[in-house]
Amino acid sequence: MKVMALNGILGYGYPLASLEKGLAENPDIIGTDAGSKDPGPYYLGAGVSFTSRSAVKRDLELSMPEALKRNIPFIIGTAGGSGGEPHLKWNREIIQEIAREKNLHFHMAMIHAEFPKEYIRKKLRGGKIKPMGPNLALTERDIDETVRFVGQMGSEPLIRALNIGVGVILAGRSSDPAIYAALPLMKGYDPGLVWHASKIIECGALCAIPGTTSDCIMAHLEKNYFLLEPLNPIRKCTPMSAAGHTLYEQPNPYYIYEPEGMMDLSQSKYEAYTDSIAKVSGSKWIPARQQTIKIEGSARYGYRTISIAGCRDPLMIEEIDEVTNYVRQFTVDNFGSRISPTDYHMLFRLYGKDAVEGDWEPQKKITSQELGIIIEVVAKTQEMADDICAVARSTMLHYHYTGRKATAGNLAFPYSPSDISMGPAYRFSAYHLVELEDASEPFKIEVVKV
Amino acid sequence: MPKLIDLAKVLRSKNAGPLYVTFDLMFDKKETYERVVKSGVINSKLIAKLFKSDEKYTEIVDYPAALSVKITIPRKVVGGDLGDRDVYGAQQYAPLLDLEIK
Repeated sequence: MKVMALNGILGYGYPLASLEKGLAENPDIIGTDAGSKDPGPYYLGAGVSFTSRSAVKRDLELSMPEALKRNIPFIIGTAGGSGGEPHLKWNREIIQEIAREKNLHFHMAMIHAEFPKEYIRKKLRGGKIKPMGPNLALTERDIDETVRFVGQMGSEPLIRALNIGVGVILAGRSSDPAIYAALPLMKGYDPGLVWHASKIIECGALCAIPGTTSDCIMAHLEKNYFLLEPLNPIRKCTPMSAAGHTLYEQPNPYYIYEPEGMMDLSQSKYEAYTDSIAKVSGSKWIPARQQTIKIEGSARYGYRTISIAGCRDPLMIEEIDEVTNYVRQFTVDNFGSRISPTDYHMLFRLYGKDAVEGDWEPQKKITSQELGIIIEVVAKTQEMADDICAVARSTMLHYHYTGRKATAGNLAFPYSPSDISMGPAYRFSAYHLVELEDASEPFKIEVVKV
Repeated sequence: MPKLIDLAKVLRSKNAGPLYVTFDLMFDKKETYERVVKSGVINSKLIAKLFKSDEKYTEIVDYPAALSVKITIPRKVVGGDLGDRDVYGAQQYAPLLDLEIK
């Protein structure tokens, strides 16, 4: 079976020539993963995509009509970037626009993945929610503050959709490899090989040398092994590049956990089939004993305003801690009893000191001649964040720190306005596993005519 | 003594989900990989010290198939949360750069 991935993320692009090469091989399925949680909780909470509309449309309008013409099932996973309802709707509109422009008529299965808060609350109270790490707990209060929960579907809902026999499957939040695993699992291929192959191709041609998420890739599934074939002649999939890929974004390259089971790659063998095609065998699958769904939740915790400025004064750089401490204290005092310091957060990011690594930064001495400074305020309302940031910014601009000689102004603002209202600030309120009897059941399929 | 930044072909960090950050040290020669592993420099005690983390949650994996050593620790701040310095976790490996390998 030939499983083709368009790229690592829908909207990242791919060369037309790679698509054409793949189509010429008559793939059994074409997929694309539209989403990621890497860009953070904002997109899930705000209901928007982190890839642009025109980029997503481009990727779809070149490939989707070809798939429909040739009766090749076309699966989009984690629609709209985060796979919730607004994301699904956004992606659907793009598809409908393409269908109108190209006079396409087909049936599409939409798989919903957004879960109501009450469902999550019930599961929490029933003790069915398990953490995925030591530093994120899910409480009742977190559920109250959450704007949106999505559950990550596994292969089962996608298999159900494939069985309906539609032209396109537009899935909400999905496990990335499940997008590619669904059809081969349905057709009885070895799950160890299927999940491993799917895990590799879900990032597009990142498993090749040179690797990229912006190019197509083909997995050839056989009874006892699979092949990884780049569809661009400049790339090669070597045993090392294939083996190296399981390191990417994973805590352990030997054991990769999915909610529905675990890939055991401890006995996997990586060989060269040709000098540009890798052959993988020996990968095993251990189904989970308890059915679970991975859930993600995004909660809004305030509104953010930032001010960005540079500082080129060595005397100020020497006293930068005194400066930030003073600015913080002055702002607190300035707002007095009107706004309590516990109603907002103020952060200073000092690029040139420790903005990137914080207290992991091994170099303790500042050796740069300039600092890039971000003053950041997060508060209950945008107006409050704007007001507090403005006071902090003007205070930092004019503060007479110890040893100061530049009495006309401490900061170089690149822009007018100096302060930027960034809108709502979101955090992940949930990244947990929900235990349940049937991990496929909550994902409802809706068939629409396009 | 050579430093890790000079010996490694790839030295990177990235989120492994929003709760963990994972570091990969990848070498292009078997001898270099084995030298690093044999030196014992990359151990959970050192990692816990460098990153002020709990040894209990530190995972170090030797992966000869890709001549790599992988280190995974919890993120200090959940991805994208207040005070996060690096949403993707892609620039957190500075403490590893200058580690000296016998």
